[in-house]
Amino acid sequence: MNTLKYQSQSVAKPYFTFALILFVGQIIFGLIMGLQYVVGDFLAGAIPFNVARMVHTNLLIVWLLFGFMGAAYYLIPEEAETELYSPKLAMILFWVFAAAGTLTVLGYLLVPYSTLAHITGNEYFPTMGREFLEMPTITKGGVVVVALGFLFNVGMTILRGRKTVINLVMITGLIGLAVFFLFSFYNPSNLALDKLFWWWVVHLWVEGVWELIMGAMLAFILVKVTGVDREVIEKWLYVIIAMALISGILGTGHHFYWLSTPEYWQWIGSIFSAIEPLPFFAMMLYAFNMVNRRRREHPNKAAVLWALGCAVMAFLGAGVWGFLHTLSPVNYYTHGTQITAAHGHMAFYGAYAMIVLTMISYAMPKLRGIGEASTNKAQVLEMWGFWLMTVAMVFITLFLTGAGILQVWLQRLPETGQAMSFMETQDKVAIFYWMREVSGVIFMIGLVVYLLNFCIDRKKAASS
Amino acid sequence: MSETFTKSMARNIYYGGSLFFLLIFLGLTMHTTREMPKTDHRENITPSVVRGKALWEENNCVGCHTLIGEGAYFAPELGNVFYRRGGGDSAAFRGFLNGWMAAQPLNVPGRRQMPQFHLTEQQVNDLADFLEWTAKIEVNQWPPNIEG
Ligand code: HEM
Ligand code: HEM
Ligand SMILES: [Fe+2]
Repeated sequence: MNTLKYQSQSVAKPYFTFALILFVGQIIFGLIMGLQYVVGDFLAGAIPFNVARMVHTNLLIVWLLFGFMGAAYYLIPEEAETELYSPKLAMILFWVFAAAGTLTVLGYLLVPYSTLAHITGNEYFPTMGREFLEMPTITKGGVVVVALGFLFNVGMTILRGRKTVINLVMITGLIGLAVFFLFSFYNPSNLALDKLFWWWVVHLWVEGVWELIMGAMLAFILVKVTGVDREVIEKWLYVIIAMALISGILGTGHHFYWLSTPEYWQWIGSIFSAIEPLPFFAMMLYAFNMVNRRRREHPNKAAVLWALGCAVMAFLGAGVWGFLHTLSPVNYYTHGTQITAAHGHMAFYGAYAMIVLTMISYAMPKLRGIGEASTNKAQVLEMWGFWLMTVAMVFITLFLTGAGILQVWLQRLPETGQAMSFMETQDKVAIFYWMREVSGVIFMIGLVVYLLNFCIDRKKAASS
Repeated sequence: MSETFTKSMARNIYYGGSLFFLLIFLGLTMHTTREMPKTDHRENITPSVVRGKALWEENNCVGCHTLIGEGAYFAPELGNVFYRRGGGDSAAFRGFLNGWMAAQPLNVPGRRQMPQFHLTEQQVNDLADFLEWTAKIEVNQWPPNIEG
């Protein structure tokens, strides 16, 4: 049963499928690293930790980008009430991006990083070797080309059609994503300046423009699954993104505490980033509020569960765990410890992984020709996947937080001379890393269960 | 939300507020980049420090270590290793680092392993100079103690 409003929305399907494949890769490399944390020489010759980490974090970013693009191709035509400007361009860009991404990951795995840097001419335009931005300069160029083509395509679609608030917020977020990515090309030899503008990519993404993308996606889903008046949902959306940018832009200051920067950032960073949990709190209120006021029972229960779960986990991961270490006197002791890793995990999973999974949950049955929702059996499996992954992530976060608190206690708080060394501290907290790894295995099981849900309705999808 | 708070009010707060704080952020960033020369000691960035930073990047050292608290949390902080292992003395630190890089991987069973990067003595010295310069950036007294 074809329930797509616009046939060109179907280009979203390969984007979502590829995103899920990369997600699996991300978790496999997470598990490898998790084991290397406690069995240090595990695969150390074949896949050194730094290589596994690059693969883990870059796959994360790239699968989220695939997810955002798929979401845009799905929701923008529907909101604009017109076909996508060029489905063909969308498919070409899909293959370009998929090929560039695959080649880059193979490069990480097959040759030493310095060789990859050399082959790709990093010495002529050095941008590699910085956290999250490890990809070769030419890959970064490829990303820019794909982003421009993509923005042109969805931009033209919006211009041709109805200009809803959801579409305008979505495209603003996507343009912002592309614009701030340009700072990844700026790599001065002065490390202090390098770091200052590195945060323009990393922070202004996740605590700035990505929140617009997330807000727009959540609003779209809420309009669809609750049937609540669009006016109400759009008003909330404006309030949320206003809070996000008003707090998040100056909130960048929470990364300028220890960076050869003027003292005032201690105050500005602390005050504004302390407000950053608010938009996440509002998103949670709003999601529950809209679902409670729903005018229809949407048959896709799994999508509603993802939407609510996403709002809660984003608030916990970004809001609560972010606040935990954002005030400058606290950050002085926690900066760069396992507490940071704990927060990074729950925030990325809760906000961005889950919003993409929410969108996939809502759109996939339609894209696969199953109808408004998958069968009950498939949804039950999907919800098992939801709970296993989400609960596992809560435990990963708790164990890393435990490790982090002990690390601060042993290594950071005592005076020089009394403090324990880094490596010794790591040995002392190994039990937490073991438990994190066990939770990670459960996360992986959850992911497999989640993916199995796509097999259940196979026949139904094929016969449609 | 009550009816007196309308969608267009929300929209105006969004546009006005974002633009206002973006402008403040740009202004403060400009001011910050003007102040930074006083504390980052860029006058001491020699060609070997520049080469050292490139080596740091092209071997992805930040994939295991933190540098001034940013990077990976698998291996020790290196923003202050010049003081921790070199005692704040350039020659001693170069000596230490050459020995250290040559000895990798240590191959202690079960211990986290640092790879062998096959660097020349000149390259290790460049890295040492980069880490020494980094250690001397004034970063508001972080880290709390020598262990980083
Ligand atoms: C969904 C939104 C968010 C995501 C995905 C996210 C993700 C991350 C990640 C990955 C890092 C580590 C960066 C690195 O490797 O150095 C980080 C650092 C940090 N985040 Fe967030 N974050 C989010 C929201 C927030 C919020 C709302 C706050 C404050 C309330 C916050 C406070 C911090 C702080 C203070 C650090 C620095 C930690 C340190 O000093 O080591 N984050 N975040
Ligand atoms: C099986 C589950 C997972 C395991 C065992 C795992 C393990 C790890 C490890 C060991 C690191 C490196 C920490 C370090 O630098 O020392 C890492 C980094 C990271 N992982 Fe995972 N991971 C898992 C799942 C995830 C998921 C589901 C997400 C997000 C959706 C994620 C996002 C990240 C991020 C953002 C970083 C960088 C953190 C930072 O810089 O602070 N991971 N992960
Ligand atoms: Fe931040």
